[in-house]
Amino acid sequence: MDKTTSLHDAIAKYVRPGMTIALEGFGHLVPVAAAHEIIRQRIQGLTLARMSGELFIDQLLAGECLDKIIISFMGNSSAGSLQEVRRRVEKQYPRSLEIEEYSHGGLVARYLAGASKLPFMPTKSYRGSDMVVGHEGIREVIDPFTGESFYAVAPLNPDVSIIHAQRADRHGNVQAWGILGMQQEVAFAGRKVIVTVEEIVDDEVIRSDPNRTIVPATIVDAVVEVPWGSFPSSVQGYYSRDDAFIRQWAELARDHDQIVEWLDTNIHATASYAEWVALQEPQRWRELAVTPQYSQPVNYGSR
Amino acid sequence: MSTIELQEHPDLAVSRPYTNTELLSVVAARELAGRRVVFAGHGLPTLAVALAQQTVSPEVEIVYESGITGAHPQELPRAVSDSVLVSGAECVMGMPALFNYMLQGNRIEVGFLGAAQVDRYGSLNSSIIGSDVDAPAARLPGSGGAVEVMANCGEAFLVMRRHTARTFVERLDYCTSPSPHRAAEHATGPMPSGRGVTRVITDLGIMSREPPDEELRLTSIHPGVQVEEVRRATGWDLQIAADLVTTPEPTESELAILRELDHDRVYLR
Repeated sequence: MDKTTSLHDAIAKYVRPGMTIALEGFGHLVPVAAAHEIIRQRIQGLTLARMSGELFIDQLLAGECLDKIIISFMGNSSAGSLQEVRRRVEKQYPRSLEIEEYSHGGLVARYLAGASKLPFMPTKSYRGSDMVVGHEGIREVIDPFTGESFYAVAPLNPDVSIIHAQRADRHGNVQAWGILGMQQEVAFAGRKVIVTVEEIVDDEVIRSDPNRTIVPATIVDAVVEVPWGSFPSSVQGYYSRDDAFIRQWAELARDHDQIVEWLDTNIHATASYAEWVALQEPQRWRELAVTPQYSQPVNYGSR
Repeated sequence: MSTIELQEHPDLAVSRPYTNTELLSVVAARELAGRRVVFAGHGLPTLAVALAQQTVSPEVEIVYESGITGAHPQELPRAVSDSVLVSGAECVMGMPALFNYMLQGNRIEVGFLGAAQVDRYGSLNSSIIGSDVDAPAARLPGSGGAVEVMANCGEAFLVMRRHTARTFVERLDYCTSPSPHRAAEHATGPMPSGRGVTRVITDLGIMSREPPDEELRLTSIHPGVQVEEVRRATGWDLQIAADLVTTPEPTESELAILRELDHDRVYLR
């Protein structure tokens, strides 16, 4: 079945106000283009689930798309704090933000329980941490075998899980390499799954290396080709992270109005992410491109 | 040698031919002598472990928070998720393998951590500054993997760029990552399998403790620093080791390797 569609149609069809959406990718394969499309369509009242901070959280907040974040590290990659998050928590400006916070291990456990459709997942963390104080999502359970006390977290099953990857076929078999984060688990945890990729490739490309497929077509609802869709984060073998942009963002984001202005100019004034990419100086994309470094092919054999 | 902006401790009257960050990196690298498997998160530890590989601990394996181990990067990574770490690496793990099998599975000997506040037993705050959790004076990035690193690594080394009474506190504003000493005071959850913080490396000296119940003691003081300065910069009545030593100066060789590793001064800011 051909599940290829436009980014506009995928977001419009599956992401509705009030939903919980997961946009994962651990500093790599980050679904930035999908976040921009959510802002462009002005979808509101969302809860965003995500392990590590990325500057698109500032953008989604200033775009007034989010009421709540479920998160385990709210920094701007390695460039300090996410300023829009801080303003909303520290000064309730321009309005407050609900945060449901875990450690990385805790959020990994939530996605694993979600993907496995288990009622909870125990973790060896949290004894003595203030993170459990008054936290509805972290509770004590007793090991039925030893009687030992553990903390456990609830499954996380996003209404829509969105991931980015290097390539997929038109059916939605997704191949990725490099840092894989929680891409596979968050896809299996999601009720609907949108995949954006740098390239949609022929079926034969995928079938030449099936072990490279991290998400099978059977659980994918929409496949969208979005070159440069992870900028300013990296895509292994395609482009590097743009450190300069990430540092510049840390400065720009100190002023809420500057973020709003950035969104107006870069997202609301363009019809699509592809149009925005085309409007940037070609020099930017040339500088981020990487030199090919291929793996050795593996031999699958045939009878 | 290129011109380097010296970032001295404001209370310190001495001038050194190296920056605080260079000193911290060298000291942290030396502490890794003989260690095998080290976990490195964002920042300075990335550089310290790279230096250790070229000096005291050629065999040391780094496990990065992004899931990479056995990295052979062609240039210094700019973040733990930098793709340059992946090209030529021996293994890339997903998050379940990293957090459940490597960390909870007790495969890591030493974990590096940073924090906004630390107390005398090595409990850490990386979440909130201020007394009101719902409206904090400062909202920091939070745990990331710090809670798991503290609970599951054999021991934890803490690197603090600035040693002040606001960061070395009698009482944390919020405890993100509890020491085993603090965990023992609570009734629920499994006890951490690791020993907690055993070393704290700052711009003034090195503090050490023997888990589970010993306090941090000043065991090494950096060149030109007075004991009284360290005590003043610590928010509790700091114990001083009877066999207190002065940290050996970074050698020219250590500094040369370090400056070559980070020639763009990504971490040596």
